[in-house]
Amino acid sequence: MTVISTHKDTEALTLTFVAEFGAPVKRVWQVWEDPRQLERWWGPPTWPATFTEHELTVGGRSAYYMSGPEGEKAGGWWRVTAVDAPTRLEFEDGFADNDGNPVDTMPTTNTVITLEPTGTGTRMTSVTHFSSLAELQKLAEMGMEEGMRLAMAQIDTILAEA
Amino acid sequence: MSRLTYNRVVVNQFGDADADRVFHGLADATRRDIVERVLREPQSVSALARRYAMSFAAVQKHVAVLERAGLVTKQRRGREQLVRGNPDILRTVARLLESYEQIWRHRARAIEDILAEDDTPERT
Repeated sequence: MTVISTHKDTEALTLTFVAEFGAPVKRVWQVWEDPRQLERWWGPPTWPATFTEHELTVGGRSAYYMSGPEGEKAGGWWRVTAVDAPTRLEFEDGFADNDGNPVDTMPTTNTVITLEPTGTGTRMTSVTHFSSLAELQKLAEMGMEEGMRLAMAQIDTILAEA
Repeated sequence: MSRLTYNRVVVNQFGDADADRVFHGLADATRRDIVERVLREPQSVSALARRYAMSFAAVQKHVAVLERAGLVTKQRRGREQLVRGNPDILRTVARLLESYEQIWRHRARAIEDILAEDDTPERT
């Protein structure tokens, strides 16, 4: 049984996602390390991923593409910034063009994965930091999501009044 | 695919540069306030300017940022420019943010499925 909690930190601009699995830490690490296992879960159901490069070493790069339902392709890349197998992985994730080259003008995210043993298995914590949308640095004090939530709450109110 | 729509797909729906402009547009309290006001009721730039302790030019600049992001539109009415809000683009951005969480929910389920295969007797 997977236990999940999520937390959106509007100050730190992060999404924290926690899941627990009934398997040892070393086994859960394999779903990250082995590209054949990784590509079975990284993309959404209708956009399966194919990893053409994958190396979990500091500075290591991964390259992948996802195949859409209509045959379209969406490319992506990782750059590993820290790794401590089998418990910790940090990487930057961005978009790639059709040739697999990183697209600098597109948003990137930074993700930290930690795996910890629990009594019955492994707790996996994923912290995604939305640091690289071009203007996101400017949002640090107020928080992207807070701005969105404020805006959405306002719109909901307005639409309810209409 | 509805809520599991991948974030990249959502991004692509309204253009990648546009996403940044929208985030930037909503990053400022004054601009959020402007968006709220003009969603309720279209207003001229000069009417908006009277609401804030800043120059007409400064308010005009905020409106220009919002206009480039597609959050508001401007329409000439006589000698004035009437500013209107655009709720559609905000809905799209909210879906984009939600999709991050949905992506991870899906990933955790898929990992669980892979791990579950370890226990099945068919495993070779």
